[in-house]
Amino acid sequence: MYKIIAKEILNKDVDLMVVEAPLVAKNTKPGNFVIVRVDENGERIPLTVVTNDESTITIIYQKIGYSTKKLGELKVNDFIEDVVGPLGMPSVIHNVKNVLAIAGGVGAAPLYPQLVAYHKQGSKIDLILGARNEEYLILRDWFEQICDNIYYATDDGSLGVKGYVTDCLKDVLKQKKYDQAIAIGPLIMMKNVVNINKANNLKTEVSLNPIMIDGTGMCGNCRLTINNQVKFACVDGPDFPGEGIDFDELISRQSYYNDEEHVCNLKIGEKND
Amino acid sequence: MTERIKMPLQDPIKRNLNFDEVALGFDIEQIKIEASRCLDCKNPRCVKACPVNINIPEFIKFILEEKLDDAYFSIYKDNILPAICGRVCPQETQCEGACVLGIKSKSVAIGALERFIGDYGLDNNLQINETIRNNSKKVAIVGSGPAGLACAATTRRLGYQVDIYEALHEFGGVLKYGIPDFRLPKTIVDKEISRLKSIGINFLKNIIVGKTITLDQLTQEYGYNAIFIGSGAGLPNSLGIKGENLNGVYFANEFLTRVNLMKANLFPKTPTPIKIGKTVAVVGGGNVAMDAARTAKRLGAEEVFIVYRRNMESLPARLEEIHHAIEEGIDFRLLLNPVELIGENYLLKKVKCEVMELGEKDSSGRQRPIPTNTFKTFDIDNFIIAIGQSPNPIIKKSTPNLEVDKWGRIIVKEYQTSIPSVFAGGDIVTGAATVILAMGAGKEAAIKIDEYIKST
Repeated sequence: MYKIIAKEILNKDVDLMVVEAPLVAKNTKPGNFVIVRVDENGERIPLTVVTNDESTITIIYQKIGYSTKKLGELKVNDFIEDVVGPLGMPSVIHNVKNVLAIAGGVGAAPLYPQLVAYHKQGSKIDLILGARNEEYLILRDWFEQICDNIYYATDDGSLGVKGYVTDCLKDVLKQKKYDQAIAIGPLIMMKNVVNINKANNLKTEVSLNPIMIDGTGMCGNCRLTINNQVKFACVDGPDFPGEGIDFDELISRQSYYNDEEHVCNLKIGEKND
Repeated sequence: MTERIKMPLQDPIKRNLNFDEVALGFDIEQIKIEASRCLDCKNPRCVKACPVNINIPEFIKFILEEKLDDAYFSIYKDNILPAICGRVCPQETQCEGACVLGIKSKSVAIGALERFIGDYGLDNNLQINETIRNNSKKVAIVGSGPAGLACAATTRRLGYQVDIYEALHEFGGVLKYGIPDFRLPKTIVDKEISRLKSIGINFLKNIIVGKTITLDQLTQEYGYNAIFIGSGAGLPNSLGIKGENLNGVYFANEFLTRVNLMKANLFPKTPTPIKIGKTVAVVGGGNVAMDAARTAKRLGAEEVFIVYRRNMESLPARLEEIHHAIEEGIDFRLLLNPVELIGENYLLKKVKCEVMELGEKDSSGRQRPIPTNTFKTFDIDNFIIAIGQSPNPIIKKSTPNLEVDKWGRIIVKEYQTSIPSVFAGGDIVTGAATVILAMGAGKEAAIKIDEYIKST
């Protein structure tokens, strides 16, 4: 059992939780994730470790599915049944001067630890942060501490550019040269960002979050094709160079259980049956 | 000579609709009759053929004398998991395969006897009357599958503090995530494990050695005198053909883990789903392939078939499992080798197989399948890949000085690895094998660990 030390509601759909997990916290590096099981019969869901100290880890989750909604119902001093990690390969922090980071929605959460690592090694960081509106732009004050420039893009124009991060990206690339890009967000966003960057000779690292069960390379549910080779996101990733990834395949794999997810969400309505 | 008693089975039509155990087990009368068939050979070949050398004639004699407690203790000396092994051991190639009776008629049903006595021990909570003298030394066991459990029990009984580290949220390894309930009910596994807790073995879940704690940390920070790695063969082998990433294609590991560990068969009562279509093909001929095919049927698939590149006689699965699969309506499409999975919009639609014929015998003693350049295509909704598993590389990746071979199997000399205080056994050393071979390895490794710690 893993105790919830603190909880913060970032917006209507997204929470931050600080969880006591000393063994995980000790060995966690930027890019690692954990698998969480909310209760005794829970699903195993992967979540990136956003920050960690001696004994706690911070996770951020979007209450979009049945299990993340269940997680969101827990309060400070409640316990999470299972937290296992750190999983995955730590992010490769390239030794570069100028980094361009692009995050969409809750993708800002897994991006944060990587940018901290870049900041610590002295890289200059520009960030494009996008969401549907101002309320959904998360961790703004955290990013302000480590980024040189932040560009905002919102669907409704409530902050920054009205439009997608990709619109903003095209403008930014006209003004400045970068050595490396990192993009984390919805698959379609990452796909488009990689394509734009490719046309500008800019390499992009992405971080994937496919469906997983064990998270240790056992089940193979999280497989993807990159440069015609099969990789497992859980043990080979979750970060990959974006250029060779078959995003369309990933998008379709991500949606395989959409009908079942819908059934599960209906269950939340008829609670405590 | 009395005929060998047939194992009573759940009716195939009924059992295709549930996950309850297929083999129902003998009753006390049947046990006595079957036990009376044993010739009590002077030189019992069955004992030698058992990977953990259970004293089979002795426990059978106890059954005949109606001393069931003693029969249980007799087995328990050599095998801490009789209720499990009685169910999943390939007895036909081990004890029963060596039974003298088998030459002229049918061997004693040793597995069924062991299962009965194992269940009897669990039901009556029989505890062996032994005093464990604690020494001040401690041993870490990596993985709570058959190898780890056997090694833990033996080292604990020698007086060591024993801590088992398990990566998943439940204990038992492949007994939990791999073998379906209809062959091995999970309640049996849990009962066996709770008995091991009662002799003072500590079970720690959610710890991936190599990630959560490294081998070096176990030695240096936690002060273990020795470590046993029994992390199994968890990595699924792929066919390497086009279309393996299509939706609808599963590795058997994922398919079985969703059902066995995550209880996806109960969805939406449980939150982990599984998708199964009308027509399912399973590639492979081993026990895992049989388990996957039979699970697919129970999940509601109308047509399930096995695709295998050799003939019926070459299937590596246990005969009993093949029979059960046939009874349950699983079709065997033999001498076929899948060469391509065909989909539309990333959704699986068809499997294309090459027709094979049998040639000369290969190193495995079976006839080698030879491609014929003729093809058959089947319409399918799901394709399950069950062609074997390889060792999981997580520990090796975080422990560069641990030597492994080109297949990723840990190299050992009498169970000792290239790091003197680290031992290994089971599938991580041999590649995917059986429960009982892993248990045998765990038990023998424990003796080597004891010798090693005493010599340091």
